[in-house]
Amino acid sequence: METQYVLKMDNISKEYFGNRVLKDVSLAVKPGEIHALMGENGAGKSTLMNILFGMPVIHSTGGFEGTVEIGGQPAAIRAPHEAIEYGIGMVHQEFMLIPGFTITENIKIGREISRPNLASRIFGKQMETLDSEAMAKDARKALDTVGLGVSEEEYIRGMPVGYMQFVEIAREIDKTGIKLLVFDEPTAVLTETEAENLLQTMKKIAESGIAIIFITHRLDEVMAVADSVTILRDGEFVAHKEIADTSVTDIAELMIGRKVEKLVDAAEEDSRSIDENDIAVKIRDFCVAMPGEMVKGVDLDIRKGEIFGIGGLAGQGKIGIPNGIMGIYESSGTVEVFGKKLNLNNLGEALRNGIASVSEDRRGVGLLLDESIEENIVFSAIQIKKQFLKFGMMDTKKIRAHANEMIKLLDIRCTGPRQHAGDLSGGNQQKVCLARALTMDPDVLIVSEPTRGIDIGAKKLVLEYLAKINREMGKTIIVVSSELVELRSVCDRIAIISDGKLASIMNPDAPDAEFGLAMSGSKVEGGN
Amino acid sequence: MNSWKKKLGKSLSDNKVVILFAILCILAIAVADKPLTFVAGELFTRIGRNSFIVLALIIPVLAGLGLNFGITIGAMAAQIAIFCVVYWGFTGIGGFLLALLIATPLAALFGMLIGIVFNKMKGAEMIGGMVLGYFADGLYQVLFLFIIGGVIPVNNPELIIAGGVGVKNTIDLKDNLKYALDNISLLTMVEIAFYAVVAVMVLSLLIRLITKKQVNWKKSLGVLGGALIAYALTFIPFIEAFLNQNGILLLSAVELAVAGTVLYQLGRIVWMKFIKKSEKFNWKRSVAAIIAAGILYALTFIPAIEEVLLYVTLPAMTYLCIIGLCIFNSVLMKTRLGQNMRTVGQNRTVANSAGINVNRTRIIAMVLSTVLASWGQLISLQNLGTFSTYGAHSQVGQFAIAALLVGGASVQKATNKQAIVGVILFHTLFIIAPQAGQALFSSAMLGEYFRVFVAYGVIAVSLAMHAWKTIAKPKLQVAGKSPAPGEAAKAMEE
Repeated sequence: METQYVLKMDNISKEYFGNRVLKDVSLAVKPGEIHALMGENGAGKSTLMNILFGMPVIHSTGGFEGTVEIGGQPAAIRAPHEAIEYGIGMVHQEFMLIPGFTITENIKIGREISRPNLASRIFGKQMETLDSEAMAKDARKALDTVGLGVSEEEYIRGMPVGYMQFVEIAREIDKTGIKLLVFDEPTAVLTETEAENLLQTMKKIAESGIAIIFITHRLDEVMAVADSVTILRDGEFVAHKEIADTSVTDIAELMIGRKVEKLVDAAEEDSRSIDENDIAVKIRDFCVAMPGEMVKGVDLDIRKGEIFGIGGLAGQGKIGIPNGIMGIYESSGTVEVFGKKLNLNNLGEALRNGIASVSEDRRGVGLLLDESIEENIVFSAIQIKKQFLKFGMMDTKKIRAHANEMIKLLDIRCTGPRQHAGDLSGGNQQKVCLARALTMDPDVLIVSEPTRGIDIGAKKLVLEYLAKINREMGKTIIVVSSELVELRSVCDRIAIISDGKLASIMNPDAPDAEFGLAMSGSKVEGGN
Repeated sequence: MNSWKKKLGKSLSDNKVVILFAILCILAIAVADKPLTFVAGELFTRIGRNSFIVLALIIPVLAGLGLNFGITIGAMAAQIAIFCVVYWGFTGIGGFLLALLIATPLAALFGMLIGIVFNKMKGAEMIGGMVLGYFADGLYQVLFLFIIGGVIPVNNPELIIAGGVGVKNTIDLKDNLKYALDNISLLTMVEIAFYAVVAVMVLSLLIRLITKKQVNWKKSLGVLGGALIAYALTFIPFIEAFLNQNGILLLSAVELAVAGTVLYQLGRIVWMKFIKKSEKFNWKRSVAAIIAAGILYALTFIPAIEEVLLYVTLPAMTYLCIIGLCIFNSVLMKTRLGQNMRTVGQNRTVANSAGINVNRTRIIAMVLSTVLASWGQLISLQNLGTFSTYGAHSQVGQFAIAALLVGGASVQKATNKQAIVGVILFHTLFIIAPQAGQALFSSAMLGEYFRVFVAYGVIAVSLAMHAWKTIAKPKLQVAGKSPAPGEAAKAMEE
């Protein structure tokens, strides 16, 4: 007899505006199993889940190809509430809870129990009186199932984050006929003991016959609770394995595994001499309060003249580091630039001390889109260094000359220095950002997400320019990127940040499995 | 000891706006040197006149639409209705009810339109409402200055500008609608209530019989019998004489309230403690309420207070309407619709994912608020007795909102209590500020300036404080990330 699946998604493909994000992906979940869904950022996990829940973003962009079967029956889910009717629930990564409501009210949101009254007989169901006692009773039952001992009358506001996660789960369990629960990175915001409790609860739920799809980056958690795992990479199905038949290293390798192309020509003579003791930037106990990208105590030494990569998954804190150094978000700890301590939390302090940065948010923070290329290039230098000024006014001639020089140097494709930055393509905009950073004549250049939103051809060019700036001008460069491939292609050393802390510093040619383990927050045994 | 201090400190800082205004009022009364009877008399008139419209603001606040500057438009609906009633020559309570009948669908339509516009500008409802108010004012002026008398021939020298088109600047309501609601005696109300209860019971029985649901005959007959006994009581001459007054003496109102509180709390104690034997019931609170009522009653024997209580007469029906709206507000929040409104108000993303129709809920909130505002304006105008055609609505929004904010409400949270406290404080200041100005600087204008300054100042400060609270900085080294309020909602809109 064939195995009965609670959910079977076959040959799912999805295109966003001609950009293929899912190619022939399949997923099959058995009743009562915990099925881990793994992959890097952008591997297609969320798109797959969006398809499962019939999110509007899927159907407003032309739907998808492939078939979805629930309990052996073909299912066409076109809206989130239809998914609920099929018995599929989601435990969100960002809490869908209302702080000003009690636990009961949150559990029963949109599904309140009510009794008819006089008004409801005239105006319909909307006017029915809430039956708070029956609601409290249901809530208590759901809370007991997940093993949360707090009173159902407590308000969500002021509750520990871990409790909120359990309330979310209790809400899903309270829905009648729930067959499949999706946990989207549930442990990302939890402390270790909370995460441990959560995993136990997941096991308990699975034992009661509800299947669970467990989306996570943490390999050790997968090994601890999952029964099987599906791995995606770049929108493609890589493997489906039973946990019993596999190992941590296996999975890590499958997640990362792809060829790394050295962008910087190996033939080119590397005439740089990097001294291990000549430290350009020394970071100690560095914490940054950037929402969603918290840095929680990082120590780094960046040597003079090297290209230093900072990688890690989204939300783990890597982007927080440049933002903290530049003073955009509040930070603590110490940052020394060539021995001089920076006065943190002071906007412009880093710029005055020879650090220039290219922001990850090119169109939001990085560029003045409605201004000309030349004004964008000299803007920081005018503000910070008071250059390009003549009697306090802008020195147009000097600015024009400099802009032209930069356009030539970085090969910015434009109609001229007066063209608006907003009219340029992504790659050329990035070059304008680089030009502005270079105009500051920095000793250290920080580039965040250098290739975000740039097409493949331009990606390579931008990276090549980074290498060129490093080799020819002798600048120390810090590259922060979510794309491991690009870090491995240009960097001398790569630090992986996981959960706001430094996981490890590796050579670009370290094995895939090691990168995978570091990014998933697993401890690397031995190391090198 | 320490926690007690902390609690006191917190309650002081939570109520700082109210406390500040209470102190201001007391100082102004002390300075103005006006008899307390004058202040109280004026105040209770103004409470009756303005509370309803302030209470109409609560629903949109809870539904997340902020302070509804759109109530101005509700007021316009009321004014159009009043014009029609005056023109057709209806008077008294009949005229008032007809005005209600005309104003309600108009206001509902306007409310729906405002709601639709607000749904297109989520997050900017307050400024949107204000601008919509000005826009509607323009249309209103076209209607009253040009269309009435110009396009629609209206032949009434009392209403139309002599020798021209358009409606006169002020319309006198003295002979038709003035005190139409205020002067309904308690006796009439008991009679109306009796017939209403009978009608509702019969209707509900009929519905149940038609839909073949079980009928609780015992309960139904019990209610009918109770109503009949209450009605029969009014034929006792002593009670009839008391009820048959145009208003109710403040002293009697206080005595009734005290008696009501004591009876209600005693009943609660007996019911919860001895019959239902509920564990959660906090009987200490009920006892405290009874003691407070007793103290209040004792206070009425102090000559100075007694003088005031004997001086002021309350319009009974108007005050009942206000109490009724308070009850409506709190009962509505205990229904499915009310819970949906609160959910939408707290977080639209969550509401949406829970299957609540966010836009529809917001429109319903706006319709309710606009209709209630139009009723409020009717109540206010029948009490005033004159009606400035082009100005009566102009500051309704600002003053009602300022009053609500003075009571300690915010853009996100408002209660009945805050509305009533706000009306009392705001209008005390309004009455007394010119007198205080006169006494201090021998210029009533200074006090006048001050109260206008207060009205707008309160709104500005409260909005600034709201913005300041929402844009709180993220804290260092917090283990978990907590999404900033509004962030999720913003993401949804994009």
